[in-house]
Amino acid sequence: MKLKGKVALVTGGSRGIGRAVCLRLASEGAFVFVNYIRNEAAARETLALIDKAGGEGKAVCFDVADYKAPTEALAAIVKEKGRMDILVNNAGVSRDGLLVRMKEQDWDRVIDTNLKGVFNCCRAAAYTMMKQRWGRIINMTSVVALSGNAGQANYSASKAGIIGLTKSLARELASRSICVNAVAPGLIITDMTSAMTEEQRENVLEEIPLSRLGTPDDVAGVVLFLASDEAGYITGQVIGVNGGLYM
Amino acid sequence: MSIEEKVIEIIVEQLDVTREECVPEAAFIEDLGADSLDLVELIMAMEENFGIEISDEELQKIRTIQDAITYIKKKKGLAS
Repeated sequence: MKLKGKVALVTGGSRGIGRAVCLRLASEGAFVFVNYIRNEAAARETLALIDKAGGEGKAVCFDVADYKAPTEALAAIVKEKGRMDILVNNAGVSRDGLLVRMKEQDWDRVIDTNLKGVFNCCRAAAYTMMKQRWGRIINMTSVVALSGNAGQANYSASKAGIIGLTKSLARELASRSICVNAVAPGLIITDMTSAMTEEQRENVLEEIPLSRLGTPDDVAGVVLFLASDEAGYITGQVIGVNGGLYM
Repeated sequence: MSIEEKVIEIIVEQLDVTREECVPEAAFIEDLGADSLDLVELIMAMEENFGIEISDEELQKIRTIQDAITYIKKKKGLAS
């Protein structure tokens, strides 16, 4: 039970990678707040899975892109549990399209949720972690932040922005024993990648040395490690989990 | 507890200094060894304890313990 007594918040925890992260953290003893924005049913299902695995958690609904909402939510969490140890900024959306045709709202929505959302949540959680002199912030970036991807200028930009934020915040908070790192998943089997055609999938597999798409669990394992005491000397890093797609 | 006493109590705890070092003229950075993160924590602790909000512009003017005490008293509507 690596995380006994710890309190975690996973944004976008109702599905996909977020759900797998919630499960992993909860099964290692953390109390996990599962954040969602719309899909309450999925959040409840994540909680049910946590419960089945012998863990504890609670659903919390708010939009990370709204500056005030995470502040209020974190304040409520700290009031209830007395602490905030692990923040996993996983909430992310995509609005793919070629930049030359991209609508302003498609750019804004992705940047606001994926990048500003990380700012909002980190800002809301940092003070508590500073007082505790212990914290783990794990930000979900992406392989495309490093490699780029046609049709994802907005998504890649938001994810690349997370890397700069991660490194800067790591420097700011290190003196308080707060480690801030980023995980860069490659192609993972979730709702976000389910829209790929068979042909697209075949093409992409050719680029992956380990010859398979990743699972949410592949990513969750790395998040768990970074959240644990074992990763206490790791900060400001970007850990790729991509089957070798990018090196 | 008076405002002065409370302020000094917060400073002693946040900056890990002694009460003796906390003379009114003591400057947070130059005399008490605070870095930028210490200052942020200090200000947030003051905000929480006294139920006030300190803007960044006002923050620039708070260099010494006496500055902090004067400011807080002013914000709480008391004579300094």
